Amino acid sequence: MMEIGLYHYLTVAAILFTLGIFGIFVNRKNVIIILMSIELMLLAVNINLVAFSTQLLGDLVGQIFAMFVLTVAAAEAAIGLAILVVYFRNRGSIAVEDINLMKG
Amino acid sequence: MSSADVMIALPEIFMAVAGMALLLLGTFLTRNPTRVITWLTILVLAFVFVTVAWETPARTTAFEGMFVADQFGRFMKLLVLLGSGLALAMSTGYVEREQMSRFEFPVLILFATLGMMLMISANDLISLYLGLEMQSLALYVVAAFRRETVRSTEAGLKYFVLGALSSGMLLYGASLVYGFAGTTRFEELATVLAGDAVSAGAVIGLVFIAAGIAFKISAVPFHMWTPDVYEGAPTPVTAFFAAAPKIAAMALCARVLLGPFVGLTNEWQQILIVVSVGSMLLGAFAAINQTNIKRLMAYSSIGNVGYALVGLAAGTEQGLRGVLIYMAIYLFMTLGTFACILAMKQKGRMVEQIADLAGLSRTNPMLALALALFMFSMAGIPPLAGFFAKYFVFLAAVEAELYTLAVIGVLSSVVSAFYYWRIVRVMYFEDAVEGLDRPMEPGIAAVLAVSTAVITLFILLPGAILGGARIAAQSLFPA
Repeated sequence: MMEIGLYHYLTVAAILFTLGIFGIFVNRKNVIIILMSIELMLLAVNINLVAFSTQLLGDLVGQIFAMFVLTVAAAEAAIGLAILVVYFRNRGSIAVEDINLMKG
Repeated sequence: MSSADVMIALPEIFMAVAGMALLLLGTFLTRNPTRVITWLTILVLAFVFVTVAWETPARTTAFEGMFVADQFGRFMKLLVLLGSGLALAMSTGYVEREQMSRFEFPVLILFATLGMMLMISANDLISLYLGLEMQSLALYVVAAFRRETVRSTEAGLKYFVLGALSSGMLLYGASLVYGFAGTTRFEELATVLAGDAVSAGAVIGLVFIAAGIAFKISAVPFHMWTPDVYEGAPTPVTAFFAAAPKIAAMALCARVLLGPFVGLTNEWQQILIVVSVGSMLLGAFAAINQTNIKRLMAYSSIGNVGYALVGLAAGTEQGLRGVLIYMAIYLFMTLGTFACILAMKQKGRMVEQIADLAGLSRTNPMLALALALFMFSMAGIPPLAGFFAKYFVFLAAVEAELYTLAVIGVLSSVVSAFYYWRIVRVMYFEDAVEGLDRPMEPGIAAVLAVSTAVITLFILLPGAILGGARIAAQSLFPA
C-alpha cells in the first residue's frame, strides 16, 4: 500500500490550481465558469494550507488561515454574482466574447 | 488582546465603527442622504488623518504580531487617506449628475480605505490577505457603481475577474511560503528565509506573491485590466483607483519584499527589474496612440509604477526613500490631472476625448495652465515636482549600480514626454470646436488648487515630503 503523504496533497492542489487558472483564460463561453474557476483556485489553496498545517505537526495557523479563506471566498462569490447580475441586465448576455466594449 | 493593542490600532477601529455608523445613518436619513454621508465620510477621513499624523510611533506590534504601526506605515497611511479624501471631495458633483447618487458610494470608499490601512500595517500573511481583500471587494463594487450603464458594469466585471485571479495567486504563494517556512509572521519569515539553504518551495511562493502584488499595482505583465477598468469606471472612481489603492499596494510590495523576503533580495531583484523595465516601456509606447484621456492616464499610471519600482529594485534605504517620494508626488499629479478631467464638460455632459480639449487655452486659460503643469510634471520637466520624483529613484538605481535600468528609465521618460506634450499642444495650438463649460465645482477647484500648489512649490519647500520619506524609509531598515 502506498502511503499518502504531503506531496500527494500538494500535487492535487497544484493540479486544481492550474485547472482554475486555465478555466479563467481558456474558457470562452460563460462567465459563471470563470466564477467556478476562481472558487477552484481558492479551494486548492485550502488543501495546501490544511496539508501543511498537518505536516507542521498541528500548527493551527494553517487551518485558521483556511477558515479565513473560506469566508472571504463566500463574500467574493456574492459580490461577483451581484456584478454579473447588473451586467446581464445591461447587456442581455454573459458570454465571455461579448465582454468587449472597451479594448485597445 | 489587551487595551494596548486597541490603542495601537485605534485609527483603523474608529474607521470601521464610523463606516458602519454611516451605513446605518444613510438608511435612516430620508432627504438627500448621499451629500450628507459624503461630507461626513470626508470628515471621518480628515479626523483619522489628524490622529495618524499626531502620533509618531516607534515600531510597535499589536494583536500578537498581526498588526504593526511604524513610521513607514504612518507615511503611507497619510498618503492613502489624503488620496481617498480628495478623490471623494472631487466626486460630489459627478455623483449627483450621473445618477449614481446612492449613499453607499462614500461608505464603500471608506471601507476600501480601511482595507488599505490594514494592508499597509499587515505584519502577517493572514492580515495581509484580509486587508487586501477588504480593499478589493469594496473596489469591485465601486467600479461597477453606475449600474445602469454597460461600460461601468463591464469595468466592474473585468476588474472582479482579474482581481480575484490575482488574489488567488497571492494566496497560493502565501500557502507555499507558510508550508516551506513554517510560519506566517513576517519577523519569523525573515529569520527563516535569511539562511543559506532556502527551500525552492519558498522561492516559488515568493514568485506567486510577487505576481499577485504586481496585479494590484498594475505592473507589466499583469497590467491588462488597467486601461479597460480606468476607461469604463465612473471618472471619480478612476481618480480614486489611480491614487489611493496604488499607493497602498506599493506600500505592501515594499513591506513584503524588504521585510519577510529580505533574505531573498537577489531573487526578487531580478523579477523587479524585468517588471519595472516592462512597465516603463509599455507605459511610454502604448499611450502614444490613445485618444481617450482616461485610457491615456491608465497607461501613464502603468509607466509611473515602473519608475517607482526602479527605486524598489535598488533594494537600498535610499531606493525606498525614492519610492516614497515618488508615490507622494505621483498622488498629487494624478489627483490634479483627474480634477482637470472631471472639469471636462460640454453643455453639462462629460466628455473624455483628448480632442475635446482643443483650444482650452483660450476658453479656459486657468484650467489649461493647470493641466499643462501636471503634464509637464508627469513628463519630468524641472523645476516641477515630477522631475525630483524621477531624480530620486534614478539616483538610487545608479548608486545600486543598476545602470541599464536607470538608462532605460530616462529614455522611456523621454518617449512619454511626447504624449504628455501632445495634450499641451492640443490645448494651446488647436482651435476650439466647442469650449468646455466654465463654472467649476468647488470640490474640484479645491483639489486642483492643492495639487497645483504642491507640484509647483515643491522646489521651494521640499522638506515635508523629503524628511517624512527619509524617516519612513529608515524604519524598514533596522540599523
